[in-house]
Amino acid sequence: MYIIIIGGGKVGYHLAKALLDEGHEILAIEKDADKVELICSELGSVCVRGDGCETTTLDEAGTSRADMLIAVTGDDEDNLVACQVAKHKFNVPRTIARISNPKNEAIFKKLGIDATVSSTNVILEYIEQEVPTHPLTHLLEIRDEGLEIVEVKIPPESASVGKAIKELPLPPESVLSLLIRKQEKPRIPTGNTVLRAEDQIIAVTPPESEQALRAALRGS
Amino acid sequence: MKVIIMGCGRVGARLAGLLDIEGHQVTILDTNSYSFRRLPPEFNGTALLGNGTDEEALRKAGIEEADAFIAVTQGDNRNVMAAQIAMHIFNVPRVISRIYDPLRRQLYNSLGIEAISPTIIFAQMIKERLEK
Repeated sequence: MYIIIIGGGKVGYHLAKALLDEGHEILAIEKDADKVELICSELGSVCVRGDGCETTTLDEAGTSRADMLIAVTGDDEDNLVACQVAKHKFNVPRTIARISNPKNEAIFKKLGIDATVSSTNVILEYIEQEVPTHPLTHLLEIRDEGLEIVEVKIPPESASVGKAIKELPLPPESVLSLLIRKQEKPRIPTGNTVLRAEDQIIAVTPPESEQALRAALRGS
Repeated sequence: MKVIIMGCGRVGARLAGLLDIEGHQVTILDTNSYSFRRLPPEFNGTALLGNGTDEEALRKAGIEEADAFIAVTQGDNRNVMAAQIAMHIFNVPRVISRIYDPLRRQLYNSLGIEAISPTIIFAQMIKERLEK
């Protein structure tokens, strides 16, 4: 595939490297001359200097034959514009934008960007997982269906400890999909499964029911 | 008419003053409160600290009832993004944005954004003056 990357900062550099290793044809576009030089000296001539939001730059980069354009500058608005120019002027089949403000996710989707990756959300989620007391962790979002996969840890003081799952006031649209218990093989919980302290539950739920799910499992 | 102006630079502040004198309800947004010094002392509208590409800040500015939205910050991309949010998320009836880059202006006009490029207008004006 021919993939164009807008932004040659840390994310752009490592993305270019990873995609080159996978055997793709890559061109990175970066405004800063020093960054261009760094990328070219380390990865070969795969980076040109220019403004990735400009039609002329994208034209010279051969954007009309690109299979994908990924905009990973630190500015949300620059990423939006680069993707829109690629999409509307050069008919690039797939555009992906990095966003810093998680609130922009819905806006970008509405404005025709195929996919967004929120660096802030990704970092937050990783940190959440590492905070031992955090009640509910987001693991994955299934965007098109409006569902998410979450992990809930059952603390020892929880009211649900010693109760069977069918006794809990779970929201009907949430599904408990996996039970992970120390020193045991992970299994699919049933209505009769009795919860123990330190159990980890992986559940699929719409975001609206997240609160109710957490309350039911942790008894708070 | 209720008008929201994004960017309190020289153009934004002047436009705010002009509309205010004519009795329009003006709210002007900027990310730096120091920019509001440019507003005329008799300005009766609202000066609001906030980012015009942020949905919440726009709601606070009353975009849901606005008749017009004007994007005149220094950044073309910021103006374009804010203009599209105003058009497609809040359905503001009239949206105008300033785009310095003439090439980009063409593209955005074709996407339905009413964009004015001071670069084109100014270059033309100076040329006409010279030829007089």
